Amino acid sequence: MFNFLRGKRSKDELKDRLSLVIAYDRAQIPPGTVDALRRDLMEVVQRYFPIEGSNVDIEQRGETVVLVANIPLGGRGK
Amino acid sequence: MNAKVIVVTSGKGGVGKTTTTANMGAALAKLGEKVVVIDVDVGLRNLDVVMGLESRVVFDLIDVLEGKCRLSQALIRDKRVENLYLLPASQTRDKDALSPEAFKGAVRTLLDEEGFDRILIDSPAGIEGGFKTAAAPAEGALVVVNPEVSSVRDADRIIGLLEAQQVREIRLVINRLRPKMVASGNMLSEGDILEILGVKPIGVVPEDEGILVSTNIGEPAVLGKTRAGAAFMDTARRLRGEDVPYPKLDDGGGFMAALRRLFGGG
Repeated sequence: MFNFLRGKRSKDELKDRLSLVIAYDRAQIPPGTVDALRRDLMEVVQRYFPIEGSNVDIEQRGETVVLVANIPLGGRGK
Repeated sequence: MNAKVIVVTSGKGGVGKTTTTANMGAALAKLGEKVVVIDVDVGLRNLDVVMGLESRVVFDLIDVLEGKCRLSQALIRDKRVENLYLLPASQTRDKDALSPEAFKGAVRTLLDEEGFDRILIDSPAGIEGGFKTAAAPAEGALVVVNPEVSSVRDADRIIGLLEAQQVREIRLVINRLRPKMVASGNMLSEGDILEILGVKPIGVVPEDEGILVSTNIGEPAVLGKTRAGAAFMDTARRLRGEDVPYPKLDDGGGFMAALRRLFGGG
């Protein structure tokens, strides 16, 4: 009843975890492999664009699981 | 569901497959269908005890396939519900004694010669041979899932395997849902599970101590008066194509529920 005081509800966290692990299961990829790929990609990205805020995730899109890289290439400059 | 031959499965053990098979069988028979429930868990049979028919087992599925008896001799008629039969698994043999081809043949005979309207197959847990044999003759599947992490993940695996085996109609039976925990955001709701698995639920069965009592005495819950029994009955009606709304589940008690009722709320 007082969940709004406690922050995130446990089922929301479960949903996030399940969606991710099921996406890996369906793609038949060990999560550690994607994690290693993510680290390598980020290293290369940092070399060219040393900007914070890049991320690489896997997502379920319909029937397929895709790797999504979100790499901001700079805005109007600060 | 159009499927006459339906496998009841889950991947994970202990989520209520056998209870679901027994109750759906009894419910469909109550609704007028001629039903046989088949236990395929060779070596670990339990559908007989859950249904309270254990004392009447003489022959089993393996005996039929090996020609030790006729199919009709192995069928146990449930005396409480008209047109409900059990075909037990062998308790003494191992899983290799049952081949998918032989099992398909037996199911065909049950449809063609014994005239059953519906065949429910209680699958063993796991994703190995036993499950594959159980699913081999199935046109449809009831995937039993509990609203918790391992059961939902395993259900996704099983759904993938069922699709690979060309099982066309796949529906979820969400079992052991605790409405209070769903309301407080600490348990997945049926909508959450649909979203994660992408498969439609056909029934939502609340956690209910009445189920344990009904299995203690070996009487399917749909023959008594429990909330879970009523939910299985609704599920059977939906399986037959009836449009049965989902009743608003509450835990049947508690201060807030009483308060809501008092003020005429849901």
